[in-house]
Amino acid sequence: MLAVSINVVYFMLSLALLFAFIRLTRGPSLPDRVVALELISSIVVGYVGVHAIETGVASLLDVAIVIALTAFLAAIGFARFVERGGVKDD
Amino acid sequence: MIEVLVSILLLMGAAFMVLASVGVLRLPDLPTRMHATTKASALGAMLTMAGVAFHFGDSTVVARAVAIVVFIFLTAPIAAHVIGRAGYFTGVKLWEGTVKDELRERYDVRLNRLESGPEADEQPASPEHKSSNPD
Repeated sequence: MLAVSINVVYFMLSLALLFAFIRLTRGPSLPDRVVALELISSIVVGYVGVHAIETGVASLLDVAIVIALTAFLAAIGFARFVERGGVKDD
Repeated sequence: MIEVLVSILLLMGAAFMVLASVGVLRLPDLPTRMHATTKASALGAMLTMAGVAFHFGDSTVVARAVAIVVFIFLTAPIAAHVIGRAGYFTGVKLWEGTVKDELRERYDVRLNRLESGPEADEQPASPEHKSSNPD
């Protein structure tokens, strides 16, 4: 039961990652790409959680904490960069 | 029994992640895309972490999962606000079907000034009513 659903969840998260990556490559402006990057980091947090369940290694959750933290800092940094006159029109 | 609960939580979390990514792929402009991603992906991560906490059932793991959830719920709105603000002020095009943009008539892009609410329609306070100096 759990093994099958973990496989299904891996597939769904990969699909979500693919969609977010399409937006990341296509996105017409830089903030669109930043939004896609943040979504990708959130999906990766989910990936790490599912992987922790599959392998039974609980300390993988620290990786999820670090990923969430760096994604937040990256979003703030990108926003400051865009607002303080980075690329105006991508 | 606990396996069924964990499976349902993981599947729901992944479903919300897929929903968020479909939204970010299909929706037409930046605010609607952020509307899709911030809420749905935060809920997806929360459900996944709830599944992790139920699967391990250990106090340290539960504490870390709760920490991740709290952190995501604190940071996702802030990041969305900051990105949306930056995108709006750098002139990202809104969707052509946008019904109302209240900030457009209040905000002066050139001077980077924002007029607020009802007092923007009134005259600014006259400088005559200085406090009389009793000396």
